[in-house]
Amino acid sequence: MTGEDTQDSSDGGAQDGADDPDVETDGGAVGPGDGRDDAGFAPAEPTAGEDFEPVQVFPDEETMDLRPGADDCYKCSTCDVNCPVAEVDDDFPGPKFQGPEQWRLKQNEEDYDVDESITSCSNCMRCDDACPSGVPLSQMHNEARGEFVREEMSLLSPKYWRNRILANYRVSAQVASVVPRLANAAMNFGPARWVMEKTLGVTSEREFPEFAEQTFREWWTARGGAAASRQNAREARQRRGDPVDADRRVAYFHGCYANYNTPEVAKALVRVYEHFGYELVVPEQRCSGTPMFANGMLSDARRDAEVNVSSLADLVDRGYDAVCSCTSCSMAIRQEYPELFDFEGTGEVAGSTFEALEYLRINEDLRGELADASVDGFDDLAYHAPCHARNQGLSRQAVELFRELDGVAVEDVGDSCSGISGTYGWKAEKYDVSMEIGEEMFEHMEDAPGETGLTECPTCSMQMEHGTGYEIRHPLEVIEEALVDDRVGV
Amino acid sequence: MAIESDVLVIGGGLAGLTAGISAAREGAHVRLITHKQSTLRQASGLVDVLGYVDGEPVADPFAAVPDLPADHPYRIVGESGVREGLALFDDVTDYRGDHTDRNALVPTHGGTVKPTARYPASAAAGLASDDRDALLVGFETLVDFDAPLAADHLGAAGAPFAADGATVRFPGDLRPDAKVTRYAHLLDENRPVDVDGRRLPACEALAERVRPHLDGHERVGFPAVLGDDDPAAVRAALAAELGADVFEVPMGPPSLPGLRLADRLYDALDEAGASLETGVPVVDHEGGDRIERVLVDRKGATVPYAADQYVLATGGLVGKGVESDRGGVREPVFDCRVPHPADRYDWFEDGVFGDHAFARFGVDPDGELRPTDERGDPEFENVRAAGSVLGGYDFPAEKSGAGVSLATGRSAGVLATEAL
Ligand SMILES: Cc1cc2nc3c(=O)[nH]c(=O)nc-3n(C[C@H](O)[C@H](O)[C@H](O)COP(=O)(O)OP(=O)(O)OC[C@H]3O[C@@H](n4cnc5c(N)ncnc54)[C@H](O)[C@@H]3O)c2cc1C
Ligand code: SF4
Ligand code: SF4
Repeated sequence: MTGEDTQDSSDGGAQDGADDPDVETDGGAVGPGDGRDDAGFAPAEPTAGEDFEPVQVFPDEETMDLRPGADDCYKCSTCDVNCPVAEVDDDFPGPKFQGPEQWRLKQNEEDYDVDESITSCSNCMRCDDACPSGVPLSQMHNEARGEFVREEMSLLSPKYWRNRILANYRVSAQVASVVPRLANAAMNFGPARWVMEKTLGVTSEREFPEFAEQTFREWWTARGGAAASRQNAREARQRRGDPVDADRRVAYFHGCYANYNTPEVAKALVRVYEHFGYELVVPEQRCSGTPMFANGMLSDARRDAEVNVSSLADLVDRGYDAVCSCTSCSMAIRQEYPELFDFEGTGEVAGSTFEALEYLRINEDLRGELADASVDGFDDLAYHAPCHARNQGLSRQAVELFRELDGVAVEDVGDSCSGISGTYGWKAEKYDVSMEIGEEMFEHMEDAPGETGLTECPTCSMQMEHGTGYEIRHPLEVIEEALVDDRVGV
Repeated sequence: MAIESDVLVIGGGLAGLTAGISAAREGAHVRLITHKQSTLRQASGLVDVLGYVDGEPVADPFAAVPDLPADHPYRIVGESGVREGLALFDDVTDYRGDHTDRNALVPTHGGTVKPTARYPASAAAGLASDDRDALLVGFETLVDFDAPLAADHLGAAGAPFAADGATVRFPGDLRPDAKVTRYAHLLDENRPVDVDGRRLPACEALAERVRPHLDGHERVGFPAVLGDDDPAAVRAALAAELGADVFEVPMGPPSLPGLRLADRLYDALDEAGASLETGVPVVDHEGGDRIERVLVDRKGATVPYAADQYVLATGGLVGKGVESDRGGVREPVFDCRVPHPADRYDWFEDGVFGDHAFARFGVDPDGELRPTDERGDPEFENVRAAGSVLGGYDFPAEKSGAGVSLATGRSAGVLATEAL
């Protein structure tokens, strides 16, 4: 744990230039000559401080009283019917058991141990969305999973370490991205994969995602960071006939995947936002925590969440909104943080965080601009709405926005879960379940015209590619192609 | 700025879906926003228009409309409004019952007979007015349906046919608390399962377990788990194996016929070109006599939505469209008036099936379905209400839930579009 922390902070220096005065171009909210400067604020630096000690999420068990939620359950079983894991895995007792029933057992029986089946829940959060009575199922599951890992999992077991490594993807990605070509080759090297499966239980069925030659943050810094973004945004506002001094400032939470694996998605976001006259900053950030919640690694999640909240809270305080290009990141910040943590500013950050398309839909005439635009070079697209987009009410926006866009047709491939659920489908013992859940989506993709997929979630996109061999794009890339003039902001 | 549309429908139950489909078909750009899933998923899937008035069964619901109290939603949309709501429904589903104005009598899982106006094709062979003898089959693992008991009840209720019941083990060894969808999918896929030392496709295996009990019955009723994706094919396969007609008996929640109906209506909304957002609630409104925008809570962030016309279809006490606490009863989105006795002890009667005031709680609409204030004036000129959020009727006692949602949903959708 300490090793990891040291690595995090030292890397923060190397990669983000934390001790380089030029860091303001990265965090970007402050800088010499910036009229909005507040003394001492540097968004690149976590206000959490380096001496922050990870602690258990629920040091005092009594503090998380979920009884009112549990009492709201009237046992209609709607949640069970919506659970994709229960649908294919007959041994999984379902969300109603994992949530309200298990919680009651835990409260009422002295030595009740959390049932191991909680590790089969993939944290898709579909049950949350289904419950007509507002039972906070995923919060209960997160709590139970945390307790299971804390109390019942051996810290020496390969499974614990496998989960820990998968959950802390960012740490491996950071290392790999230093030598991306070597990592790409090594990670998918047959014999190495065999050893990983045998010793750690990481399925050898899947291809590891490729690491980009240049991370998004490296690109961003080389491009001139926030200063360049401000300049591009000003030019765009002038071109659009908007007031040049308009107050359009957005902090981009890119998450791990767009940084290390798909910087093209992050770049698309930057260019699209600048096109609408927004200036961006890219604050210090760690993993959103989604994979950690799903693995019950709550202290890891807490450690990273604290950094994210503190760096975003400072920006939100100064009038920024935050946007995400990954729907699990926005889900974590908006729902799971307030449910599980109480750092200062958690609620304010949740209230000011948006998914990237959603934000433009609210604040700009995105539909109108797309209706007048056209794209070249996109095949017909088979769109899959990630569960975590669905839970934020965003499952239809891409299909609706692109309805009127010339040059591309988007077909919704239905409302099934992709089945990979982040780290879930990487586990050797879960691989088959994951593929069985995904089957319906694969079939719908094959039925849809075109051989390109579209989704907002990085791991759904892995699963879509794995199950069909299609290339998968992000809606932001389509918008970039439709709206962004090549000359601007490259 | 805000996310814009012509008509914004709040609530994705039967009423909201009907309002959305009808407005979109009239040419409006419609957006439907719904928080949780509709109560359709827990309802039987039967469409009741009017089963009882003052405790007496109703043969022809349309004929009974003029005699309902003046503030009943059916009186507001009129008999023609009820017919048009059903016509829209018949157009988008494959439900039966439109050949007659009279109520059909459908056996329920409790062995009672329920008067209903529209029933799914899967229930057609089971009608109580049919005089062919029936075998009811229950599954050991599905304790909600006790087939022998239900058969006895039907006999006691004077059904014009002989009913027998049998309980069999569902092939494939499902866990005792298996989800209803597991039964359905096993049959849909017709996967091979082990029975008595042999491997047979699921439908064949099930028929084999039923056959010893068949004993010349011309129709066989199963709990409503016969397929999710293609129920007609599952019924056909079983019927061919058994040499008898096969039907489904509607069950309690979670209800597959309700799930199938909800899926069908959401598809129809999509086909009509409406936009849809699920999983997020509308929490507040802005505007004076006219609503300008409503605010949606997206997991902590508040997102404005603007429309010219609004339809409030947030359901009743179960759907959370009407809230009550010790202090009173309210409609939480627009804060519309919900008439109710000031004294809480007047909200209910002593008997379970008494004439409870709470069962009628809901907003009080004018002739155009606009919720009204104390003086009877519309609270907002551009808000209409539909479905269980309306007051003035008692759907569990009258068996009128789905019918009111269809009739008022369609009217609200059409009126909203006309007002554009
Ligand atoms: C258990 C049960 C069994 C039933 N059985 C039958 C039957 O056999 N036959 C029959 O005819 N009727 C039956 N009914 C009644 C019938 O289902 C209802 O009368 C009818 O479907 C109500 O439809 P609705 O659209 O008005 O409300 P609902 O179906 O309750 O839908 C309301 C929707 O609005 C959403 N919503 C609420 N507040 C907000 C908000 N602030 N923002 C956004 N969305 C919101 C809810 O999440 C919900 O999806 C049954 C009802 C129940 C509960
Ligand atoms: S989060 Fe998803 S997998 Fe877990 S219990 Fe809920 S629906 Fe099932
Ligand atoms: S959907 Fe909600 S009320 Fe129904 S069983 Fe699940 S937790 Fe309980």
